[in-house]
Amino acid sequence: MTMPLLELRQITVSFDGFLALRDLNLNLKPGELRAVIGPNGAGKTTFLDVITGKTTPSEGDVMFKGRSLLGTREHRIARLGIGRKFQSPRVFEKLSVQENLALAVSCPKQPWSLLVGGLNASQRDQVHHLMSIVNLQNRADWAAGSLSHGQKQWLEIAMLVGQDPDLLLVDEPVAGLTDEETDLTADLLKSLAGDHTVLVIEHDMEFIRRLESPVTVLHQGHVLCEGTMDQVQADPRVIEVYLGTTQEDNG
Amino acid sequence: MFESFTTRTKQRFCWPQLLLWVVVIAVIVAAPVVLPVFRLNLLGRFLSLAIVALGIDLIWGFTGLLSLGQGIFFAVGGYAAAMYLQLNSSEGQPNGIPEFFSLYGVDRLPFFWEPFHNPVFTLIAIWFVPALLAAVLGNMVFRNRIKGVYFSILTQAALLVFFNFFNGQQKLINGTNGLKTDVTQLFGQMIGSPEMQRGFFWLTCLMVFLTWFFVRWVVRGRFGDVLIAIRDDEPRLRFTGFNPTLFKTIVFAIAGGLAGIGGALFTVQSGIVSPQYMAVPFSIEMVIWVAVGGRGTLVGAIFGAVAIMYTKSLVSEAWPQGWLFIQGGLFILVVTALPEGVIGWLKSDGPRNLLSRIGFVRPIGTYPQLEMDGQDEVQT
Repeated sequence: MTMPLLELRQITVSFDGFLALRDLNLNLKPGELRAVIGPNGAGKTTFLDVITGKTTPSEGDVMFKGRSLLGTREHRIARLGIGRKFQSPRVFEKLSVQENLALAVSCPKQPWSLLVGGLNASQRDQVHHLMSIVNLQNRADWAAGSLSHGQKQWLEIAMLVGQDPDLLLVDEPVAGLTDEETDLTADLLKSLAGDHTVLVIEHDMEFIRRLESPVTVLHQGHVLCEGTMDQVQADPRVIEVYLGTTQEDNG
Repeated sequence: MFESFTTRTKQRFCWPQLLLWVVVIAVIVAAPVVLPVFRLNLLGRFLSLAIVALGIDLIWGFTGLLSLGQGIFFAVGGYAAAMYLQLNSSEGQPNGIPEFFSLYGVDRLPFFWEPFHNPVFTLIAIWFVPALLAAVLGNMVFRNRIKGVYFSILTQAALLVFFNFFNGQQKLINGTNGLKTDVTQLFGQMIGSPEMQRGFFWLTCLMVFLTWFFVRWVVRGRFGDVLIAIRDDEPRLRFTGFNPTLFKTIVFAIAGGLAGIGGALFTVQSGIVSPQYMAVPFSIEMVIWVAVGGRGTLVGAIFGAVAIMYTKSLVSEAWPQGWLFIQGGLFILVVTALPEGVIGWLKSDGPRNLLSRIGFVRPIGTYPQLEMDGQDEVQT
């Protein structure tokens, strides 16, 4: 068995006594596409905060490529190869689409190299390639703040891909997108899996089903169960905490 | 169409800017001929304040760090210049040290004065010491992720600490009285002489240009984009793999160094440096120059500093109590009507909007995006 790319070992996060995550274990294999679902307050976002270094767990350890991430600052974790897309799209609104992507693909991200040099040819190509993937090539010089919600979502996904991380953490990528855009996003994420490891957090069940990936259900900061979408939806515990109404719809 | 929609703060080449530059260059060339020595000296001082303002624009306009403590670095630069000039002119004095020391019974030069015998050291210290100080102070604040209004309050507190410290150090730097430079010598000439003052005026103009080019180079390109990204969404930038603390420390140090250069030029043109340069209102005024001129526009910072200070001196001569009302009014105007400052307003089609509001120009028909959609936009 290959070594997991990411391993969460018995993570507990306590906010003033409230346990946002308790005793959470999770493994991701390299190249895997994994969906995480759970009702509101299940700890989905906290779980990403722990991986990306925003929140320090009170107990447990996060292992990435065999090393612990605890105590590593956010930008270092990002440079190690973990990229994150936020729940509501967060792009640099005053910068143009092109500049947003240029920052994402910049490497190294040190002041001096940013000051004295421009992007090299392959990085420029990458920026154009990313813009064409997410259909923003006509918007290259537009301020990101003037884009529509869906375009911002895609720009942020493109920035994430531009960072070329080994692990992509994608928090609600299709919130507020049209059905067509949702399908395209699903295809995009599926095409990224394999070369990258992708972890998707989402509420949209149709979207998760389309990903055809293993699903992990979080409930009250704990992994309730894992399996395919069908297995998970048939699980009585899941139905009880989360999918009760969906069950009726499906029935 | 695309052009009009880029709300980016990058400097576009447009006619108000060109006109402004023509006026500026004309003023600088004509000033020594037209203006009496007193006015020329004032203009030179205000131009040295423009250098400080450019630094504030860099940290506030672009990076979003509102520092109310730039007076610290301004004064330190001024002291560095004054210490060299004092030493340079104290050969005939008792013990060969500046005259004021004898008032406090000091007969040996304090150790930190020693390197200021050296003109090269002084020229470096003028910008390096404030920059280093800013880097240390800034880094302590930034790495604890203190930002926004808390950062502003801390810088003001630091300003007060330095103000009180300098005021109390008679035996080291002549305390409240400060160091006088107008009767000191440089190149065998009195600093306060009209010839020297004219020379300093040219030097100041040159430094303003160089500073402008330098800051422009810093804010253009990806480094400047990172600064804007810090201003708009710092946590997001961390997750993109950048270290905002490092970038903030660097720009705060640059702004500190620029304040030091401005302080040195201001000192030699006003004839004295004293702890009054670290007075709280003065550092707040510096911020107002940038706010009125236009945050995020470099020309605005220069314009704001020079125009406001020159108006201030004219108003104060005619109506001594009046200036504070005008300054307050300006601040209210900027907060309520011109959030981007005068130059920002000119750049963002402000005059056209004003004209259309009073009915001279037809307003633009529609939101440009409506025309765009469906034409070249393919939303598969």
